[in-house]
Amino acid sequence: MSIKVVDPGFLCTVQDLGRNGYQRFGMPISGAMDSYALAAANILVGNDANTAALEFHAVGPIFETLADCLVAVTGYGVRLWIDDREFPAWMSIFVRRGRLVHIEKTDAGAWGYAAFAGGIAVPAVMGSASTYLRAAVGGWYGRTLQAGDELPLGMPAAPSLIAAAGREFPPQKRPAYSASPTLRVIPGPQDDLFTPAGLQAFLTHDYVLTGQSDRMGYRLEGAGIEHRGDADLISDGIVTGSVQVPASGQPIIMMADHQTTGGYPKIATVIRADLPLLAQCRVGAALRFCAVSAQTALIVYQALMKDLLAKNWSQHETFIDNMRA
Amino acid sequence: MIAEKPIARILPVGEAAISVEFGSRIAPEINAMVYALEGAIAALHMDGVGETIPSYRSLLVHFDPFLCDPHCLTGQVESLLARLDVLPASPGRLVEIPTVYGGRAGPDMAFVARHNHLSEEDVIAIHSQPEYPVYMMGFTPGFPYLGGMDPRIAAPRLPNPREQVTAGSVGIAGSQTGIYSLNSPGGWRLIGKTGVQLFDPTREVPFLLSPGDRVRFVPIPAEAA
Repeated sequence: MSIKVVDPGFLCTVQDLGRNGYQRFGMPISGAMDSYALAAANILVGNDANTAALEFHAVGPIFETLADCLVAVTGYGVRLWIDDREFPAWMSIFVRRGRLVHIEKTDAGAWGYAAFAGGIAVPAVMGSASTYLRAAVGGWYGRTLQAGDELPLGMPAAPSLIAAAGREFPPQKRPAYSASPTLRVIPGPQDDLFTPAGLQAFLTHDYVLTGQSDRMGYRLEGAGIEHRGDADLISDGIVTGSVQVPASGQPIIMMADHQTTGGYPKIATVIRADLPLLAQCRVGAALRFCAVSAQTALIVYQALMKDLLAKNWSQHETFIDNMRA
Repeated sequence: MIAEKPIARILPVGEAAISVEFGSRIAPEINAMVYALEGAIAALHMDGVGETIPSYRSLLVHFDPFLCDPHCLTGQVESLLARLDVLPASPGRLVEIPTVYGGRAGPDMAFVARHNHLSEEDVIAIHSQPEYPVYMMGFTPGFPYLGGMDPRIAAPRLPNPREQVTAGSVGIAGSQTGIYSLNSPGGWRLIGKTGVQLFDPTREVPFLLSPGDRVRFVPIPAEAA
């Protein structure tokens, strides 16, 4: 059971939900930029949410199935073609051996995912299959995929791949992806290091995502955020979604591959439910921030995860095979 | 030891982490409190408390808000903070780093010596004398932020960072010293090199050092490396 990469697209790596437990040693979490989309793809094909799948950016991959398999493609702005015929994204699709699967990444959104029943069978490194490119750790030999790579698939949990096809998370059950989202944040931990005008600027102006953004951090440009004093802080721990503001006054939001510690004041933290919306922004996206309580963050997160974890998918009869029934 | 006990602040970091901040300076007694608190939290085995990230003067604590009520966690941390001066502080392990100083192993050794009006032998003697505490780890996997370097061997960073510094290079930046854990670009003045790997993901224990350990550099001749 395996798939063969015909064209890797761009920045195609193996990811799961991240490498937890080693941050105190300086090991970044890595994992999917849009962890919701990766988890959804896995759940649709019958995997545990935290299973190794493919992530890609801006250009989707093309691969050939070397065995029958069950695939689900998710993300923001993804289209799925099997032997030149289009099939829905966010749905489990049964694909026969020897087909050419082409994932198209449209101009909407930044990241796409492809999960296979059984997962990509790569060895776990420090408990995770996620690729951390900077240290060449995890995933497929620690690197992005290349044409010719043959990725082995694990044993599917479902007894019948055909019976598990046709499950869909319809649009209303997905994150509210948008080209220019408003992101909810919880102020702090170091919001007291900014002037009232600085805080006001952060919560009222648009901030545009710049090209100096990657899996480590998203750099934004907008109204300067004023510090009360020195912008250099004694380094301390940071979380995904931390909004750091260096002396330039222009915020940087910590993403999946972020360093475990940082020395800039952190004005706020993007709530977990909105991290997928942030991850899917493209260069030029205008972001806004709005402050909410931790209580609100929990309610929103619970609402987002409810359908996913309860497997509240819709079942479609028409996609039980890769040919319409 | 704990003469001026800083007032600890418990700060929210999003909805699933808190940061406990001890004052705003770098000092061994403050860093010791961070590790004492980390150990005490681990010993409670609280449901839903995840990984902790210690740093110079703060401790980041991840938790799952659906398993662990944040008010309950904050309450527990407050009660630990009240007894912090009686919590056992671990001295950490002492890890020796065999190091070839100068020559090809330390291309900036001559600069560091000249900058401080010392001989290279003096720099080696001063650098290899202390037990440096690992105040925290970060920057790259396995990289230790070491405290306690003698200011007599301080040196400014390179004006233009090197594109590639090999893992194991021992460097000085300002009044800090450290060991590169990965091949990476870097601006530290390189005074030596060690053959031990600080990070090897294929080892059962990938990280040579742990936060809270102590490090001593042991000079070895180039041919022993």
